[in-house]
Amino acid sequence: MANLFKKSVNLIPLKVIIALAMTASAVIAGVTYYFTPKYSRVGYQPTQPVAFDHSLHVEQVGMDCRYCHTYVDRSEHSNVPATNTCMSCHSMVLTDSPQLAPIRESYATGEPVQWVKIHKTPDYVYFNHAAHVNRGISCVECHGQINEMEVVYHAKSLSMAFCLECHKNPEDYIRPLDKVYDLNWEAESQQAQARMGEDLVHQWNINPPLSCSGCHR
Amino acid sequence: MALSAEEFQTVQAPKPEVLKKVDPVSLPQRPLVENNRSFHYITDLICSIVEVKTPTWWWIAFTVAALTASFTLMGLTYLVSTGVGVWGLNNPVNWGWAIVNFVFWIGIGHAGTLISAILCLLKQSWRTSINRAAEAMTIFAVVCAGIFPLFHVGRVWFAWWLFPLPNANWIWPQFRSPLEWDVFAVSTYGTVSFLFWCMGMIPDFATIRDRCGEVAKRRIEGASGAVEKAFQIGYQKFRLYLYTILSAGWRGSTNHWRNFEMAYLLLAGLCTPLVLSVHTIVSFDFAASILPGWHTTIFPPYFVAGAIFSGFGMVLTLMLPLRALYGLHDLITQAHIDNMCKITLATGSMVGYAYAMEFFIAWYGANPYEGFAFVNRAFGQYSWAYWIMISCNVISPQLFWFKSVRDNAALVWVISIFVNVGMWFERFVITVTSLANDFLPSSWGYYSPTMVDIFTYFGTFGLFSVLFLLFIRFLPLMALSEVKALSMPQGDPHYHGTDHRDSHTHKAKTPVHHHGEEGVDQ
Repeated sequence: MANLFKKSVNLIPLKVIIALAMTASAVIAGVTYYFTPKYSRVGYQPTQPVAFDHSLHVEQVGMDCRYCHTYVDRSEHSNVPATNTCMSCHSMVLTDSPQLAPIRESYATGEPVQWVKIHKTPDYVYFNHAAHVNRGISCVECHGQINEMEVVYHAKSLSMAFCLECHKNPEDYIRPLDKVYDLNWEAESQQAQARMGEDLVHQWNINPPLSCSGCHR
Repeated sequence: MALSAEEFQTVQAPKPEVLKKVDPVSLPQRPLVENNRSFHYITDLICSIVEVKTPTWWWIAFTVAALTASFTLMGLTYLVSTGVGVWGLNNPVNWGWAIVNFVFWIGIGHAGTLISAILCLLKQSWRTSINRAAEAMTIFAVVCAGIFPLFHVGRVWFAWWLFPLPNANWIWPQFRSPLEWDVFAVSTYGTVSFLFWCMGMIPDFATIRDRCGEVAKRRIEGASGAVEKAFQIGYQKFRLYLYTILSAGWRGSTNHWRNFEMAYLLLAGLCTPLVLSVHTIVSFDFAASILPGWHTTIFPPYFVAGAIFSGFGMVLTLMLPLRALYGLHDLITQAHIDNMCKITLATGSMVGYAYAMEFFIAWYGANPYEGFAFVNRAFGQYSWAYWIMISCNVISPQLFWFKSVRDNAALVWVISIFVNVGMWFERFVITVTSLANDFLPSSWGYYSPTMVDIFTYFGTFGLFSVLFLLFIRFLPLMALSEVKALSMPQGDPHYHGTDHRDSHTHKAKTPVHHHGEEGVDQ
């Protein structure tokens, strides 16, 4: 019987395998890049009712984070300040600024300002702000250099891999308690961070959960 | 080093006189291919199964099987659209039919691997006429088994998380869990079995391919009406392409055979530890826990024996009807059935021993919880299941001691069904009794499956049958070349007569396969 297939057909399986491998690699690489929070969340900077300038309030005026985010060290939730917190200064400072019109309106009507939430954890994630800031994890670790932002944006990925990176190596991120709200603080050197980090982890018996139920309760 | 017969004769000292008077007892072995069948007979018999017009019984069986399989589809659709709660699982019995059915089906597969791998390495030539079907059974059983844990994970679309794939979430499976070991054990097992099965079929595919031309001529000429003729032309062309692709360019050259034999041997070696490891790891699902009745060291060997027992039960259940339907009596002889019955008897007795030993250790270990677990099994709320298990698994195979039972194919078939039933109940008893009555009496409960459980399980028999029917319709049912090597005297090309010693020294040097015949048979 004559050959049913030409000799070149022998190469088809190889070609198919190579094509499949390339397609799979491209799909995996594409999904990993474009569909993970590093790409899909980082840089999110919605228009806010008032373009609240963190850099001005923190760097120039010298306010502490907790002046507005009052409960961050006492609650799992870090509160966005109510209008009267704003008005405690702005009833005397820049009282006529057109930029602050939504604040004055809210103060007059009692309707809260509709801030757009930027940093979201999914509803199946239990994140406790107090547990972190009271054990030497500074705001910047998750929110980036928020003290320098004129308009707040999503700086870090806040993906699960991001959380686990710190949960696995807390000594690289931990800092003394009095430096938690000092957003420009940095250890003198990597070696200093490592030394101090290990000391603090040991001293405070830091043991971040790595099991599923640590965060998905 | 082996000597040839001539050399052997010359180096021997002169025979003592007395030996001339000794008449050696002849130990005849039953031939494994009966009635002196020729190569052509074997080729024709097996190939015609896939070449003839589809028999009516096949269509009926296929329809029934497909309808039965739709029960699994319904059960799973309902489960996915609603949630795992539709199964009867709840506290305290968190594992019910899902794991029972999983272990049941996985266990059945083990006979196939044992036949194809261990019996191959042990040179048990009787394996050749049943190994192909048994391997098919293994693969289809793994398919059925896989359904249950796959859907038990709840969100089946995340099942790929079971594999340790790098991912953006940086999460990995729990490597300390025996369930994760199961993933590796079963997927390895499925893959290797599948490769073994496919590779073994290549020479037989070539035989079928080479017969395609004549079959096409016959079928196209025999077609009545233009429509059937057009269909036959298309279908026969499809067959030619299908078997040409499947036979992967096989021409039966000596090089092909050399590579084939080596690959076969390597895969047999690779499969051999799997026969033991897979069910060992399945037993760890239970044994690695601390539950009374599960936490026992006898589990791995006991599970492996049970798996082979159930597997041979299933092989008998499948092969006996096939033998009758296709008139394979000369190839699957009474000697084959005897051997399978004896293995069933041996493994069944091992299982019975394990049941007894569990009880003994429960008493001897003097742990009140362990003691209770076993007394509760035999006399508690699930005692009905326990006694079904004992009568099917321990008592019924003991009938195989009797030759008259082994010779009665119908009876063997009935007993093989009992074995299948018994082994399902064994897994049920192990899983459910220990969970339903554990340490805390306040949390005791009684487990019953829901309709969805029953549908899903019932349907897997349909799925298995669909796959098996497709197998016998489209793939070679037996390893033609291997069976031919056993057909005496044709399989022994130098034909060395009957003298015992001579034929033995020669046989070691005779190639096992009669290669030249393959693929050019007609």
